[in-house]
Amino acid sequence: MSELITLNIDGVEVKAAPGTTILRAALANDIYIPHLCDHKELTSVGICRVCLVEIEGRRPTVSCMTPVEEGMVVTTSNEELDQIRKVNMELLVLNHDYDCQNCAKNSKCQLQELTRYVGIDENRINAMRAPELASPLDDSNPYYLRDLNKCVLCGICVRTCEEIQGDECIDFTFRGIETKIGVLGDKPIAESTCVTCGECVTRCPVGALVPRHAVEPTYEVDTVCPFCGCGCGITVGARGGKVVSSVADPDSPANNGSLCVKGRFGLGFVNSPDRLTTPLIRKDGDLVEASWEEALALIGDKLGQYKGEQFATIASAKCTVEDNYVMQKFTRAVMGTNNIDHCARL
Amino acid sequence: MAGLATTLGSGAMTNSIAEIGDAACIMAIGTSTTEAHPIIGYQVKKAVRQGAKLIVANPQEVPLARFADLFLPLKPGSDVALLMGMARIILEEGLHDQQYIEERCENLDQFKQSLEEYTLQFVSDITGLPGEDIVNAARMYAENNPSSILYCMGITQHSHGTDNVIAISNLALITGNLGRTSGGVNPLRGQNNVQGACDMGSLPNVFTGYQKVTDEAARQKFEKAWGASLSGEPGLTHTEIFDAAHRGEIKAIYLIGENPVLTEANAAHSLEAMKKLEFFVVQDIFLNETAALADVVLPAASFAEKNGTAVNTERRVQRVRKVLDPVGDAKPDWWIVSAIANEMGAEGFAYNSAAEIFKEITSLTPSYAGITYERLEEGGLQWPCPTEDHPGTPILHTEKFNTPSGKGKLMPIKYRPSEDCCDFDFPLILTTERNLYQFHSTMTRYSEGLDELSGGEHIMINPADAEKLGVADGDLVEVNSRRGKLQVKAKITRRSQEGVASLSFHFAECPTNLLTSAALDPVAKTPETKVCAIRINKA
Repeated sequence: MSELITLNIDGVEVKAAPGTTILRAALANDIYIPHLCDHKELTSVGICRVCLVEIEGRRPTVSCMTPVEEGMVVTTSNEELDQIRKVNMELLVLNHDYDCQNCAKNSKCQLQELTRYVGIDENRINAMRAPELASPLDDSNPYYLRDLNKCVLCGICVRTCEEIQGDECIDFTFRGIETKIGVLGDKPIAESTCVTCGECVTRCPVGALVPRHAVEPTYEVDTVCPFCGCGCGITVGARGGKVVSSVADPDSPANNGSLCVKGRFGLGFVNSPDRLTTPLIRKDGDLVEASWEEALALIGDKLGQYKGEQFATIASAKCTVEDNYVMQKFTRAVMGTNNIDHCARL
Repeated sequence: MAGLATTLGSGAMTNSIAEIGDAACIMAIGTSTTEAHPIIGYQVKKAVRQGAKLIVANPQEVPLARFADLFLPLKPGSDVALLMGMARIILEEGLHDQQYIEERCENLDQFKQSLEEYTLQFVSDITGLPGEDIVNAARMYAENNPSSILYCMGITQHSHGTDNVIAISNLALITGNLGRTSGGVNPLRGQNNVQGACDMGSLPNVFTGYQKVTDEAARQKFEKAWGASLSGEPGLTHTEIFDAAHRGEIKAIYLIGENPVLTEANAAHSLEAMKKLEFFVVQDIFLNETAALADVVLPAASFAEKNGTAVNTERRVQRVRKVLDPVGDAKPDWWIVSAIANEMGAEGFAYNSAAEIFKEITSLTPSYAGITYERLEEGGLQWPCPTEDHPGTPILHTEKFNTPSGKGKLMPIKYRPSEDCCDFDFPLILTTERNLYQFHSTMTRYSEGLDELSGGEHIMINPADAEKLGVADGDLVEVNSRRGKLQVKAKITRRSQEGVASLSFHFAECPTNLLTSAALDPVAKTPETKVCAIRINKA
């Protein structure tokens, strides 16, 4: 580990590893610098120009692209900086849909947070605003909505697709005022190579990418995804007796904060009305509802007649360690056979 | 898993998921990682971005092939030839790790002898790959260290699956890639707790922690703990159980959380077997195609409705926590099995919680002995974890292998063709795949949206074959094998190579396993679902 660099931000002495940007050094030390396009898991690109700071002896510069240097003296806010930042903010908000009340990101939106901090002049904005925001809503994907009227072109989604997912299915398209995030051929997202991992949806700082059926959970529980063998840590949200959300557990070493389409969006089967809710016993050819007492008595009686090699258990790789332990113990100790296997070979 | 148990002494992923991103070379063989294990796919793509070399060997042009430095579209079932051919080139060109072999491996001479068969011409003929690509693959794998091999069902679901695995292990051993960070031999497990189910002895030959039922001392330990006398005779494997049921030898089956009507190879045969049973209990969260055949169906709690642990593909034991109460009268699986045991008057099933069961497990399982629910609160632990102050084991075999001699065993292998061969009547090979948006056969079909994204089942046919058959994209075709037939829409794509077509097996509307062969690997007893001779006609 190389020596830490010491610098001064707003009069506070801060230490940071060489190569750290001023922005991340400040944030790590609880000094807020307004920012939008920077994301701690992604490469810095310096698109939004909101994170301006003044370094003693230099012109105002973006803190997300400037590495710390020994003895640097940084100011995050003064009249000149605030003025430039305000203009830069106006450019971001200018063509952003105002309808915050009806936005799924309301109160969790980074643009709202920024406008609160920087402050904007609504009259000035309205005077410059395009008469109408006309990008049609892209609702082609079953799990998330894409509303370009709310997009601020920070490029976090583009970098996420490239650096986290690795698929590079979206990018900046067109030029100048026409610039927008799009897919090859400017098609709806569902017709692209998007694999619906949802990584960009979780990172979008505004309401441009939002889950389709977003419901706020009343409580959340950390558990493990029920699908493949990766064993991703997930935080499952519930409300009204239903599973309503799933987000990646950032502390899980298996998935390190990432998820795929199934773990993030595919837990709906738990709430399915087709779930089995009661034991069923075959009577006169049909499976009919029965009580646990009745089902257990029947099974106990019947299995008692097939102890030994006439019996086998097919256990399940979908069940827990504890479930499987009890299954093999039952098969071996009660039924007296080693005829037990599961789908490991399938 | 039997292959690695022979050569290394432990049949599990040797390294951890997080290490894959830092490998210098990755060889992904018989795995469509980005589809079946997307999160591991992220790691592979990360490694590629950081400059790692990627070799993808797969009969199908899987999405990961786009990122590969070298894509090897080998013929289905020719993996042994490729892997042994690579080993021969590595030894011939002196790219092996001589010191590592001397210190940590045994049986080199016998292994070398068996390589004589694998001349470049022979390997090229069997695999259908240009000799140059095979040489490049060998060099790329051996020269960029650490090098990690990822594999999945494309390796194991063959009548020579164990040979495939041993060939992989040989390759990693001669290049010194076992026991080091970001290297290793990494079988990617398909289900959330397939590792845990194996660890717990839901297998016919072992108790928990792979303690053999034939081992007198192990059996006595469990007899004492459970207060029952136990059989020392290994039981039947999955496919054998259905065969025995078909012959009328097995009369009662208790089947939990599985849907063999769709997932079992040669499904018509297993279906007949299930119908012959005198008593059939199925426990599941849905009334799936198999449950519909049962005499009694028991409603199980889903993963979100119970406490417990699950073990992921990197041997990490993690807590599963209850989010909701079970729907209706559904109960956790351990509760149901215990209730049946109690109903039958058995002792030792008076469990009140999963935590209680876990304590019993750790008291009987040396590799789990140091794991407690309290420790798991701090994050998962990778077995072996023998004591409460042991940090767990992210990388296996760092000092010695778990074989009797402590050395990695290099094993000679003879190439055997797949059993279900093509002929005039069945000129094409069918291989099975998975779809990113589906998972096996049941759960994802009930999650709204996934079905829409997956686009339903299609048989993927190469354009050249499609032209010969006169089949256009979207046409309905009839697929016949020696065991069954079905109808499905065709998708014309270069993903399938000429002579090979592929199907997934997620869809009840298209029960792929009616076609597949249950020819078994002689050791692991895994059915050969990856190679099946078929005929396609326009329907």
